[in-house]
Amino acid sequence: MADETHQVIDANGEAITTQAPTIRSKAKEPPVEVKVLFFARARDLTGLTDTSLKVPSGSTASYCLSKLFSEFPSLEEIRRSMILALNEEYAPETTVVKHKDELAIIPPISGG
Amino acid sequence: MMAEGGGGGGEEKTLVEILEESIPIDLNKYVNYVRSPSAGAIATFEGTTRDTFEGRKVVELRYEAYVGMAERKLRSICGEARGRWEVEAVAAAHRVGTVGVGEASVFVAVAAVHRAEAMEACRFVIDEIKASVPIWKKEVYEDGEVWKENKEFFEGGGGGCCGKKERVEAHVSGG
Repeated sequence: MADETHQVIDANGEAITTQAPTIRSKAKEPPVEVKVLFFARARDLTGLTDTSLKVPSGSTASYCLSKLFSEFPSLEEIRRSMILALNEEYAPETTVVKHKDELAIIPPISGG
Repeated sequence: MMAEGGGGGGEEKTLVEILEESIPIDLNKYVNYVRSPSAGAIATFEGTTRDTFEGRKVVELRYEAYVGMAERKLRSICGEARGRWEVEAVAAAHRVGTVGVGEASVFVAVAAVHRAEAMEACRFVIDEIKASVPIWKKEVYEDGEVWKENKEFFEGGGGGCCGKKERVEAHVSGG
């Protein structure tokens, strides 16, 4: 794939940042538990098909990601190419996760 | 896995399937599903697996899917095709697991009153599958393997949400 590998596309020209959690609820609220799914290259890198994350109530998907990257530093490889799905729909990282949500790490797809 | 029916009512004829059995896609099944006396055209697309990639011999291809989401996306793509063209019936199937070289990995069939609508809608469906349905293909070579990446994924069709996708190095392992 020599002609494709080094191409860099950022459709919105956005800076890629990891956002701090947006805590909008009181500190006493119980943490929410999120199921995280790893597919394809993400599964190879983590060695897992899924894991579970506990994050403060009001956390964003972005915060979940930052926790995942510290737990699985190898995921860094796909940091800039992957996207997220929350409960089977593509979702921006700013989405607030809820208890029992299913967060999927979607590396570049290759169906067809 | 099978999911039939459209957004509401029994009127919309849509069939989407992620096929988990290791058997060839039954193309006739989908063509016959969309066939109807009122449709004057059936357009189909069959995506087949190749035996070489840039000179490397492909031994086999392994597909995996986020099955629930893939079915959901397939259905929404078929719905979008209906919104854009006058089509009578749509069927789309994708295999997962190991697919032998030369076999169909994906099949789309669209029936419409006239051929232009059928062909355009069929092309739309396969293009959108490549851009946004969460399915992955690993090419296994004699001396390594690589997860493929569809260029359509990076062209904004994909998630339609994040716009922060960058192509990275090919993930070649082995050889």
